[in-house]
Amino acid sequence: MSQSSIIGQRIPKLDAPDKAMGLATYGHDIRLPGMLHGRILYSLYPHARLTHVDTSQAERLPGVKCVLTAADNPPTRFGFAKDSTPFKGDVVRSLQDEVAGVVAVDLDTAEEALTLISVEYEALPAVFTPAEAMVEGAPLIHQERGTNLFRSYKYNHGDVAAGEANSDVVVESSYRMPYVTHACMETSVVVAQFDHRDHLKLWSTTQIPFLLQRDLSEALGIPGSQIRIIQTSIGGAFGRGLDIYPYEPIVALMARKAGKPVRVAFSRWEEFTASPTRQPAEATVRAGANKDGLLTFRDVSISLDIGAYVSWGSVTPLVMMETTASLYQVAHVRFQANCIYTNNPITGAMRGYGNPQSTFFIETIMDQLAEALDIDPVTFRIRNANVPNSETPQGLIITSCGMKECLTAVAAAADQGLQWRDAPKEKRSKANVGDLTGRHTLNQLNEIRAIPSPKVKRGIGFASTLNVGGGARIYRSDGCGATVKVDDFGHVTLVTGSTEIGQGSETVLAQIVAEALGVTIEDVSVFNSDTDVKPWDVGVHASRTTFIAGNAAHLAALEARSQIFETAAELLNVEPARLEARGGIIWVRGDEDRSISMSKVVRRRHFREDGKVVVGDGWYDPPTKMVDKDTYKGNISAAYGFGSQMADVEVDIETGLVRVLRLVCANDVGRAINPMAVEGQIEGGAQMGLGYALTEELIVKEGKVLNPDFVDYRLFTTADMPEIETIIIETDDPGGPFGAKGVGEMGGTPTAAAIANAIYDAVGLRLTELPMTPERVLTRLEEEQNQ
Amino acid sequence: MKKLVNLSVNGDPYELFVDTRRTLLDVLRNELNLMGTHRGCDSGDCGACTVHVNGLPMTSCLLLSVDWDGADILTVEGLLDGNQMHPVQQALVKQGGVQCGFCTPGVVMNALALLKDNPHPTEVEVRAWLAGNLCRCTGYVKIVEAVMSIDGDMI
Repeated sequence: MSQSSIIGQRIPKLDAPDKAMGLATYGHDIRLPGMLHGRILYSLYPHARLTHVDTSQAERLPGVKCVLTAADNPPTRFGFAKDSTPFKGDVVRSLQDEVAGVVAVDLDTAEEALTLISVEYEALPAVFTPAEAMVEGAPLIHQERGTNLFRSYKYNHGDVAAGEANSDVVVESSYRMPYVTHACMETSVVVAQFDHRDHLKLWSTTQIPFLLQRDLSEALGIPGSQIRIIQTSIGGAFGRGLDIYPYEPIVALMARKAGKPVRVAFSRWEEFTASPTRQPAEATVRAGANKDGLLTFRDVSISLDIGAYVSWGSVTPLVMMETTASLYQVAHVRFQANCIYTNNPITGAMRGYGNPQSTFFIETIMDQLAEALDIDPVTFRIRNANVPNSETPQGLIITSCGMKECLTAVAAAADQGLQWRDAPKEKRSKANVGDLTGRHTLNQLNEIRAIPSPKVKRGIGFASTLNVGGGARIYRSDGCGATVKVDDFGHVTLVTGSTEIGQGSETVLAQIVAEALGVTIEDVSVFNSDTDVKPWDVGVHASRTTFIAGNAAHLAALEARSQIFETAAELLNVEPARLEARGGIIWVRGDEDRSISMSKVVRRRHFREDGKVVVGDGWYDPPTKMVDKDTYKGNISAAYGFGSQMADVEVDIETGLVRVLRLVCANDVGRAINPMAVEGQIEGGAQMGLGYALTEELIVKEGKVLNPDFVDYRLFTTADMPEIETIIIETDDPGGPFGAKGVGEMGGTPTAAAIANAIYDAVGLRLTELPMTPERVLTRLEEEQNQ
Repeated sequence: MKKLVNLSVNGDPYELFVDTRRTLLDVLRNELNLMGTHRGCDSGDCGACTVHVNGLPMTSCLLLSVDWDGADILTVEGLLDGNQMHPVQQALVKQGGVQCGFCTPGVVMNALALLKDNPHPTEVEVRAWLAGNLCRCTGYVKIVEAVMSIDGDMI
């Protein structure tokens, strides 16, 4: 690694002071002159024919500016499968279906107007599970499609039957994963405004400003060139904003009809009921291994409930497939997934994008295989681990890979915390940590640990994860653009296509630019919020920003530097190759007395005849492929991230309560450009993973979300969180900026499996349904006792 | 129906004619343009709207403003010294306790209330006290570390 001063530093987030001082502007804070307020009326039935919608009373309410229904829809459809319209006309297919919208001078008036809209429904039979939806003669969600099966994915490598024939142990299990939701602290917000040219300016909590520009163009029937997307500070995203959803064109239609800017900010109830969710899934998994402790085959069949409309979330089987086919080395794999329409809430993308589901079943099956072979679970995993510079049968080209190091690190951390066992099991790994480069923190929280009791059993469990870490080509371009400008005073502005959603991209990108140019972090500002200004980017998803936007920013900074060095070389009368820069000063290598300030060079380049300003452009699109549309093979990402977790849990056998005492997370991030930000991603991911494992479930009955609030949808709080220990493994990826890979989604992916495996270690129960609530644990314990 | 309400907000007196249904959060955001106090749930569950009312931390979305005539309100903006951060804000920034930042003002106000009452809390006390401030980004690790790093005698 090159000597560097800014890469690897724990630089506080550049936008954190404004956020901490209450000065940052979020979507909720936007107030435009003349702005009106919109509210949306949702369907009262999960499946019904709309026979009559009467808005006349609402329109007469003083203060109401306009009321919109399907009659206001443009003639086009939008969405991943072109199955949606802003307002729904003839048929409603879920309780989130938008039937009408009201624009009024204030929220009270808009709310009151909603109650004055009269809608007559003729209920239709509905389906609420994929199984019901696939029964012959089941009611169709979208009549014109002729089936409720949206799409099937079939993947195969090797020969599963041959793999099974060569197995010494075979295990099989079925799994059920629930609806969960992003629960961003800021609810979704859209503000729309048309100007005198009929150009739309739309403020949104989106993660995909450029795709939204295109999608809105399609949904509204106006050219993309007339649409400008602005992003304010965004109060959490986690995949929520990875697609166009009906409220975005709806607010634009409201603004156009009202002739004034209109704002729609979701209530928390709407956020729980009308924003996308993670797909619930049911999976059957069969897998084998031989006496040498090597995996022989995996056979996975999964059905996903995608709700009433399709979004990018329907592509999550691509990721589930990746976990199944390429997490560990497996010679024979078959994977099949069906995405099925129901009258349930819409689903979408959520952090991990299919991976939390698939890692849960793959990693609990791994534990079962290790047990069947009587091999320590860590040793078994290390024996089958992915390795550097290899290609998986699926076609993933793995360059840097610290999977074994991650496993070794969590195993070592587990051993350190095992004093509570009278005699650690012989078979438990004693692997050497080796020459790990990672940071090791330990926050002892013994005080809040449960009081030991014979009714409380303790256990530990492991799980690993494979994630894309160098983009993910699920769209025709996986690129990002960047511009670096250096002004006459030496101030540097990075304009990046990427989006800041709280993850810290602006800080990491500023570090990359500062390092490449040889300036300090204080010299750099980052601009990333306006599609009229910033170059194209596919969006903030797939843990791609550090790698993709980082490479683009790096290229732009290097181009700006070469312009500066060209002039500096003239001024210092040396070859540009002999120049170095740091802290805004340029000097001749080996002759440090010959130096000049960068700002002076920029001015000398600028203020002369035939002068030039310093602007560097960068565009980076990784050397990857879209997967083959028939075989689903191909190298989707330019790098892969790896991680392992160890959960240390207590299970109260009287109440069924599972308490996680300690979660050790080791992650191969290539290189930590900002270790504090990396830790923040892992720790935050762990909070979501813990919720997915133990407490979070949107309870959906007959299409209705029964727990749309934070009292009944339980996020982990400060009091619930275990001790989180993060270990950063650095493998210096050859393709990443300064060796970095993506880390955004890995933190929560293996958590549920690690906890499930720990519960087994504690009480001998294999839990296959999430979340593992006290009720489910206790029911299983009682079943076990009755046998 | 509207009523006259007198509030002292960050030391400044306000005489407001307020709809009786309006919460203190509504008044801060919509009447006084103090956007640092955030609306996360409107039901007292998330803590993003925490302010100090007569010195005590409260979720402003649950308080009807007309009930608090004469009250002394402190919001996150009231902690600033010119354009400089308060030590609690500084600590959260420095320790990495801010990501999307939406929960941060509520965390700042609630942590400040704890430290005023108990300048040197244990980690368990910090975790118990902040359990009413939901955060979806940080896993709370760095928020707790930040609060633990503050010398409560200096604020």
